[in-house]
Amino acid sequence: MENISKEYFGNRVLNQVSLQVRPGEIHALMGENGAGKSTLMNILFGMPVIHSTGGFDGTIKIAGEEVKISNPNEAMHLGIGMVHQEFMLIPDFTVTENIKVGRETGQPTLLSESLGKSLEIMDWESMSADARRALDLIGMNIDDYARIAGMPIGYKQFVEIAREIDKKGIRLLVFDEPTAVLTESEAANLLDIMRRIANRGIAIIFITHRLDEVMQVSDQVTILRDGELVAIKEIKDTSVVEIAELMIGRKVDKLVDQCEDTRTLSDDAIALELKDYEVDMPGEAVRGIDIKIREGEIIGFGGLAGQGKIGIGNGIMGLYESRGEVKVFGQTLDLEKLGEALRHDIAFVSEDRRGAGLLLGESIERNVIFSALQIHNRFTSRIGFIRVLNRSESKAHTQEMIELLDIRCTGSQQKTGSLSGGNQQKVCLARALTMNPRILIVAEPTRGIDIGAKKLVLEHLLRLNREQNITIVIISSELVELRSLCDRIAIITEGKINTILKPDDSDADFGLAMSGLKKEMVTK
Amino acid sequence: MSKTKHFIDQIGLPRLIIGLFFIILIIASVPLGLPMDAVFSDILRRWLMYSILVLAMVPGIQCGISLNFGVSLGIVCGLLGATTAVELSSQNEGVGPWAALGIALVIGVVLAAVLGVLYGLLLNRVKGSEMTVSTYVGFSIIALSNIIWLTLPFKSGELIWPLQGIGLRNVINLEGSFGGLLSDPTVTSTQPFPLNYLAFDIGGLTIPIGLILVFALCSFFVWIFFQSKAGVAMSAAGENELFTKAAGISVDRMRILGTAVSTILGAVGIIIYAQTFGFLQLYNAPLMMSFQAVASILIGGASTMRAKISHVAIGALLFQGIMSTALPVVNKLMPNSMLPEVVRIIVSNGIILYALSKTRGGHQHEK
Amino acid sequence: MKNNGWVKKFRSFVFENKVMLLFVVLTTASIIISGLPLTVIAGSVFERFGRNGFLVLALLVPVLAGLGLNFGLVIGAMAGQIGLFFAILAGINGIPGMLVSTLIATPLAMLFGWMVGRLFNRMKGAEMIAGLILGFFADGFYQLFFLFVLGGVIPITHEGLMLPGGIGVKNMIDLKGYRMPLNDGSGGETVKGFIEGAFDKLPIGDLITAITIAVIVYLLVRGVMVMMKKSTFGLRDLALGIAAAVSFSLLQIPAIKQLLKINNLNFLTTLTIVLIVIAVWQMARLVYAFILHKREGTEKTDVEAKSPSDVLSQSPDQKFLQKSDSRRSLLILLLCAVIYGLTYIPPIRTIMRFIRIPVFTYMLIAGVCYFTRWLLRTRIGQNMRTVGHSQVIANASGINVDRTRVIAMMISTVLACWGQLIFLQSLGTVATYTQHVQVAQFSIAALLVGGATVQKATTKNAIIGIFLFHSLFVVAPEAGKQLFNDSQIGEHFRVFISYGVIALALAMHAWKAKIKPNLGISAVTGKSDKDNSKIAESS
Repeated sequence: MENISKEYFGNRVLNQVSLQVRPGEIHALMGENGAGKSTLMNILFGMPVIHSTGGFDGTIKIAGEEVKISNPNEAMHLGIGMVHQEFMLIPDFTVTENIKVGRETGQPTLLSESLGKSLEIMDWESMSADARRALDLIGMNIDDYARIAGMPIGYKQFVEIAREIDKKGIRLLVFDEPTAVLTESEAANLLDIMRRIANRGIAIIFITHRLDEVMQVSDQVTILRDGELVAIKEIKDTSVVEIAELMIGRKVDKLVDQCEDTRTLSDDAIALELKDYEVDMPGEAVRGIDIKIREGEIIGFGGLAGQGKIGIGNGIMGLYESRGEVKVFGQTLDLEKLGEALRHDIAFVSEDRRGAGLLLGESIERNVIFSALQIHNRFTSRIGFIRVLNRSESKAHTQEMIELLDIRCTGSQQKTGSLSGGNQQKVCLARALTMNPRILIVAEPTRGIDIGAKKLVLEHLLRLNREQNITIVIISSELVELRSLCDRIAIITEGKINTILKPDDSDADFGLAMSGLKKEMVTK
Repeated sequence: MSKTKHFIDQIGLPRLIIGLFFIILIIASVPLGLPMDAVFSDILRRWLMYSILVLAMVPGIQCGISLNFGVSLGIVCGLLGATTAVELSSQNEGVGPWAALGIALVIGVVLAAVLGVLYGLLLNRVKGSEMTVSTYVGFSIIALSNIIWLTLPFKSGELIWPLQGIGLRNVINLEGSFGGLLSDPTVTSTQPFPLNYLAFDIGGLTIPIGLILVFALCSFFVWIFFQSKAGVAMSAAGENELFTKAAGISVDRMRILGTAVSTILGAVGIIIYAQTFGFLQLYNAPLMMSFQAVASILIGGASTMRAKISHVAIGALLFQGIMSTALPVVNKLMPNSMLPEVVRIIVSNGIILYALSKTRGGHQHEK
Repeated sequence: MKNNGWVKKFRSFVFENKVMLLFVVLTTASIIISGLPLTVIAGSVFERFGRNGFLVLALLVPVLAGLGLNFGLVIGAMAGQIGLFFAILAGINGIPGMLVSTLIATPLAMLFGWMVGRLFNRMKGAEMIAGLILGFFADGFYQLFFLFVLGGVIPITHEGLMLPGGIGVKNMIDLKGYRMPLNDGSGGETVKGFIEGAFDKLPIGDLITAITIAVIVYLLVRGVMVMMKKSTFGLRDLALGIAAAVSFSLLQIPAIKQLLKINNLNFLTTLTIVLIVIAVWQMARLVYAFILHKREGTEKTDVEAKSPSDVLSQSPDQKFLQKSDSRRSLLILLLCAVIYGLTYIPPIRTIMRFIRIPVFTYMLIAGVCYFTRWLLRTRIGQNMRTVGHSQVIANASGINVDRTRVIAMMISTVLACWGQLIFLQSLGTVATYTQHVQVAQFSIAALLVGGATVQKATTKNAIIGIFLFHSLFVVAPEAGKQLFNDSQIGEHFRVFISYGVIALALAMHAWKAKIKPNLGISAVTGKSDKDNSKIAESS
C-alpha cells in the first residue's frame, strides 16, 4: 500500500502512509488508538464505509500489480483474508460448516443442472476433507464434525483461521488483536501457528499492542501515529523501548495554561478508594484495581482502548455489574443498588455522549436538570403527594449553566440532538455540575471536539478543581490531555493498573506501560 | 416547492392522505343529501368515545413497551367492572345510574391496576418482543374472558340469557344503569340540575359536554403525570435506557408503571365507550379494539417510541371521523353494510404496517 | 454420582419441553374427563391430521431461515381459496378441478410470497408482528375482492356461488358441486364443481398406476443420461426398476385392480404394510452388506469411516450402504416386530380398525416432509440455515441474504396455498370470508405445542404437535360439557389454549434470548468462553 491518505468529513485520518509486506513475513502494525490502523485495514479490504465517505488517495499493489479493491469479496478473490477480533462463527454449526460457510461445495444433480446451482446437494464428505486439511495445516486436532458452541476461545480462533486458509489462493492474512481474548498458553500457541502459516509463504499483518509478542514473532514492524507513518523497523534492529518511544512521540506543550496551585493534597484525606475493584463491561473489563484518590486531586486514567479504563467510570456509576470495594469519603458504596454513587456526590460525564450521556430528543433544560431532579428532588414543587416540575426554577438554572459554560444554542428549549459535539459535551458537564458533586468523573472529555472548545473544557475542569476543590478523575485515551492536567496518571492495561506515572515521566515509560510491559521487566 | 415538501414531511404522508380522504367524505355527504347535523354529531360522539382508549396508548409508548396491543387486558377489567355494576344496580333499587358508573369505574380501575402490574412484569422479561407478546396476551385474555362471561354468577335479567340462564348475553343494554349519562340528551334531561346540561342539542347537533369534560380531565391527569418526577423518569426510560440507568432510575420499574397506567386507562376507556354507545359488548367484540386504538394514535402522528396527547386527539378524530362518515356515504352509493368494516380493516392495519416499516429501518430491537 | 447425571438429564428435558409436556397433561386429562371413546377420538384426530398436516409443515421453512413463525400463512391460504373459487366457477370436477385450482392459485401464491418476503426484508427483526398485521391487512383486500370485485367489477352469473343481487360471493361455497342443467338441450342435470374429497377419495389403484408411470419415466431419463455418459446406473436404479416392473404386472390382474378401487385404508392395514416395507428394506440392506463383506473381506461395512481418504475411495454403492450400520438395521427389524406384536392387543387393534387413512393425502404430507429434508441438503437450504443463524455472517460470506429470505417466504406461501386446498377438499365446504382467518393461529399453535420454538422447528415437532393439539381440540367441547354442563366453555377453552400457547412460546423465546445470548459470537471476554479455555488447559 503506497501513499495512502484518507479523510473522514474533513478529518485527516491517514496521511501518506505506506506499508510493504513481503511474502511469508510476519509484519507487525502498531500504533495508539486513532493512529489509523483500522482505517488502513478497511481500505485494504474494500469496506463499504470507505467508499461511502469519499474513497481514498494512494495505490494498492498486490505482487507488484496495481489493484482496485471496492468490496470485501474482491479482497477475498485477491487472496486477502482477515481474522477478526469478534469471531464470525455460528455456534450451532459444525467446524466444517463454519469453515465452508458461503463457499460450500455441491454435487450437481438433474435439478441443479436445469434450475441453478442453488439446488446442488451439499457434498459434506469432500468439505470435511478440506476442513481436515486446513486444520492439519494449523496443527489442530479438533473433530471436524464438532459444533462450535462451547468450545474454548482458542479453538474457535483456530477455526476462524482455518476458514481463511481454506480460501483458494490466500496470500495475505491480517490478524486484528488476536491475543486480546486468549489465555497465555493459547496466545503462545497462536504465535506458533502464525509462524507456521508464514513459513508456507502466506504473508501476515499482525495488529497488536503487545510489544513482547511483536518482538517474539514478527520480522518487521510499521509504526503509525496520528495518521502518519512514523517508522518501519526490522525487529532484529530494534528494541521494545525504542518502539514504545516511537509510538508515543515527542513531548508536546501543555494544552492549558497553568494557574495558581494553592491546594494541599494529603494522603489522609481520601476522596475515593477502590480495592479489588472489578467491572463486567463488555469490551472494557476491569479485573482488579486498587487505588486511593486524594481529595482535591486531579487524577488521570489512561491506556489503550479495550484495556479497561472506560469500565472504571461506568462501573462506579452503576451502569455495569461490578465487584470489590468502593469507598467514597470513607463510606462504602453498595454496588448492587442503582444510583448509589450519585447519592454520594459523585457525578459522571460519560464517554458515550449520545448514548448514556443525553436524551437526544429532549431539550437542554430537561437534560441539565434531570439527575438533580431525580436524586435530589430539586426543581420541584409538591402538589398533594406528587412532585411536579417547577418550570421557572429549572429554566432559570439552565440559563445560568448556558452562560457559565458558553453553550452555543438557540435557547434552553433546543433539543440536544441538534447541538454540535462540543456543546453536547457541555450539556453533559452542566448536568453533572447541577448535582453539586464533590467528585467528578469525566470520560473522554474532549473526544470529537475542535481544538478551541477542547481548551475551554479542560480549562474549566482545572478551574473547578482549583476554585471549588472538586476531586476530578479524567479517563482519556489522549495522553497529551492527561499530561497537561493531572497530578498523577494511572495507565490501565488488561483491566489492571500497570503503573502510576507523573506527567513529566519519559515517553518511553508511557509507551511501555501502554503496551502492557513493566519497565523493570525490560532488558536492553 | 421545497416548502410544500417540508410541510408534507412535517405532517406525514399517511396523515395527509387520511385527512384528505376524511374531508372528501364530508364534502361528499352534502350532495348525497345526508343530514349534516346528524353526521357531525356522530363524528363528535365517536371521536370522544374512543378518545380515552387511544389515550391509554400514550403511557405505554412513552415508557418503552411500544404499542400496547395488550390493552385488551384493561378493557376486560373495565367490562368486569361494568357488568358488576349492572348486576348491582338492577338488583338494588338504591343504586342509581351515577352510583353504577362509579362502581364500574372503581372496580375496573382497581382490577386494571393489579393486573397491569403483573402484565408489566411479564413485558419486562420479554424486552424487544413486546409487540408480538402483547398481541397474543391480548388475544388470550379475550378468549379467557369468553369463559368468564359464561361462568359469572350473576342473576340480573339484564345480563343473563332468558330461558336457558347460562352465561351473559353478548350485548347488554345499559339503559337501566349508566348508559348515556354523559352524552345522551334524552338521558341527561332526566337528571337534576346542573347534570342535565351534560349533553344538549343545538339545532340538531348533539354536544356531549360530559364526554368532553371526561376527556379533558383524563388528558389533564396524563399531562400532569408527565410533568411529575415519576413521569419525567418514565419518559426517559422509554427513550434511553442507558441514560436512565446512569441517573439511578430502575428502567424496569418505570416500564411497570407505564404499563399499569395504560391498563387503567384502558379500563376507564371501555366504560366511557360503553356508556356512550349505550351497550356493553362482550365476548369477541373487543378483540380488535386494541388495533383500532393503536392505528388511531399512529395516524395522530405518534411513533412507536414517542407519543403526545395532541396525537391522541388528532388521531382519534381522523380515524373515527372516517368511520362515521364512510358508513352513510357508502350506504347511499352501494347498499352493502359490510364495506365500512372492510375499509376499517384495511385502513387500520395499513396504518400500523406503515408505521412499523418506518421505525424498523435501523431498529434492531424486536425479534 | 450416576444418579445425579440421570436426574439432571431428566430435569433439562422437562425444562426444554415444558410446553409440550404441559399439553400432554392437559390433553390426557381432557380425554379422560370427556368420556369419549378412544375409537372416535382416534378416528377424528387422524382425519384432522390428514387435513392440517400439510399446512403445519408449511411453517417449517421460514423458521429455518430466521423469519420466525409465519403469521402471514393466511396469505397463502387466501391464494388457494381464490384458485378454488375459479375452478368451481368453471365447473370442473375431481382431480382436474384440484389441478386447475392449483394452477391458478400457485402463481398467485408465488407473487404474494414474493411481496411478503420483500416486506419482511424491510422489517428485519419485526417479521412476526409484521406478518400478523399483514395477515389482517391482506384479509381486508381479500374481503373486498370477494365482496365487491367478484360480481361487481367482474360480472359473474352462477346462482349457487353468488349472493342474491349478483354482487359478492356467498358465505358458503359447497364443494359437493352444484346442479347445473346439461348443455345438450336434454333437460337433464349434471353436477359441476364437485371437488370434495378429490384427494381424500383418490383410489389407490390410480395412485399406484401414476407412481409406476412416474418411476418408468424417471428410469428412461436416467437411461438417456447414461447414454450421454453423464452418469452410470446404480443399485438404486436397479431396485426401482424391479419395483416398477412388479407393480406394473400386478396391476394387470383384474382381481387386484378391483381390490385397489378403495381410496383409503384403515390404520391397521396401513401400519402393517408400512412395517412390511421397512422390514424388507432393512433385510435387503443386511443381505447386501453380508455379500459385500464376504467379497471385500474387511470390516468396513460395520464401522463408519472417519478418515476422508476412506470415504473418497469408496464406490457409490458402498456409500449407499455406508449410511447405516448393520446393527442399526437389526434394531429397526426388531422394532418392527415389536410394533406388529403390539397391534395384536385387542383395545389397540379395535381403535386402529376405526381409523381410516386417506392414502393420497397422507402421501402428500409425507412428500412435504421429504421435501423439507431434501431442501436442507441443498445449497439453498444450507444458505437458509446460515441466514437464519446470523445475517451478518451470511452477508460477509457472500450469501445474498435478502434473496434467500424472499425464497423462503415464497416456498412457505406456496405450501400454505396447497395446504389450504388439501384442507378444503377434505372439509367439503368453504366459509368464504372466515375459513382462512384462524389458519395461522391453529397451525402455529400446533407447531409450538409439538415443541418447536421461534428459532427451531422440525417435522417431528409438526407431527407430534398436530396430534396433541387436535386431540385437545376434539375432546374439549365434550369435556366442557362434563365439567361445567356447557360445551361452549370447552370450545372457548380450546381457542384460549391456542392463543395462550402462542403467547407462552413467544414469551419464552424472548425470555431465553435474554438469559442466553449467542455464545461465542462476541470474542470479547464472555466469561463462559474464558472459563472453557481455563478448564481445557487444566485438564
